[in-house]
Amino acid sequence: MVKKKVNKKGRLGRIKGFSIQFLPYSEIKSLNSDERIRKILGIVLGNNILIVQGRLRNEEETRLIGDTMAMIDHVKNFKGIELAVIAGNGNGGFLDNFKQRLVRGLSGGDLGAITIIGPATIVKEIKRDPKKIELLLTK
Amino acid sequence: MAMKIFKNFFKRIFTNIFKNKKEMKLGFYGPPNAGKTSLANRICKDFTGEEIGSVSKVPHETRNVQFKEKVDISYKGKKLTFKIIDTPGIATKIDYENFLKYKVSKKDAKIRAKEATQGIIESIKWLDDMDMVVVVMDASENPYNQVNITIIGNLVARKIPVLIVANKIDLKKANIKKIESAFPEYDVVGISAKQGKNLEEFYESLFKVSKKV
Repeated sequence: MVKKKVNKKGRLGRIKGFSIQFLPYSEIKSLNSDERIRKILGIVLGNNILIVQGRLRNEEETRLIGDTMAMIDHVKNFKGIELAVIAGNGNGGFLDNFKQRLVRGLSGGDLGAITIIGPATIVKEIKRDPKKIELLLTK
Repeated sequence: MAMKIFKNFFKRIFTNIFKNKKEMKLGFYGPPNAGKTSLANRICKDFTGEEIGSVSKVPHETRNVQFKEKVDISYKGKKLTFKIIDTPGIATKIDYENFLKYKVSKKDAKIRAKEATQGIIESIKWLDDMDMVVVVMDASENPYNQVNITIIGNLVARKIPVLIVANKIDLKKANIKKIESAFPEYDVVGISAKQGKNLEEFYESLFKVSKKV
């Protein structure tokens, strides 16, 4: 859900200067960790909110945070990213969990998950609880 | 054959004796302002008489990894020796302007922001070196925060035992149940590091989780 600024007349204000891009898993499947992170940060630095099919590996997530921090010092007006991974909670019982693991193993990634990454200059916060996710944009 | 069994028996006994004497590296991880240093200070003060670092309302007060070696923690007649490692809070964004509302000058805010980014990189690098980690969360905040999920995911991938601390239970908004339901597979202990509430339960959980090391 994207919250937009509402003006005095009650109409939704226009949000300028960014786009939302979708990255299918097939686009990053064959890339190594360096290439994946470079690709993701390249898109985010272009003022895009990125929706990735699947999720990064655990060590790639921390690497993404580390590389983001290193870039804050070197890229003008870059303040970091907002990041959220939405995945199954794994509470579906033994059979469901087994099925999920089997699908993950066969496809090479957690395709049931999605990862949202946006530049902090555009995405103020990604609020989440188990049932909903809200993308709050900066004014 | 009998000689081999005899050798293995003694080897196991000696390994167990010396394993327990080893200093365990205990890391404190979590988002900024969750109370990692407050808790580390409380432990260090209780068992060594000295604190590990300064605490502030301004986020990213801890910008370097801080240590306290040979901290002997005693609980119910048992004793474990830890190297306490307090790490800078992990975040995905740093904006120097956020420090200005805490009456920090613009120049200092920029320095603080730069040091904070380096501190986060350092925290991440240290993940591999931990024997056991206490993930400190603010019980009055939403636990479904990607930083919490990423830290725990990384610790699990590295097979490092995790204890989750729901800090700030003295606050009205605190909700331990929300943290428990967000991380149902982990031990969660509610404390107030500032007021020293429920630390007995924390030490009990710490000793319990340390058996997994």
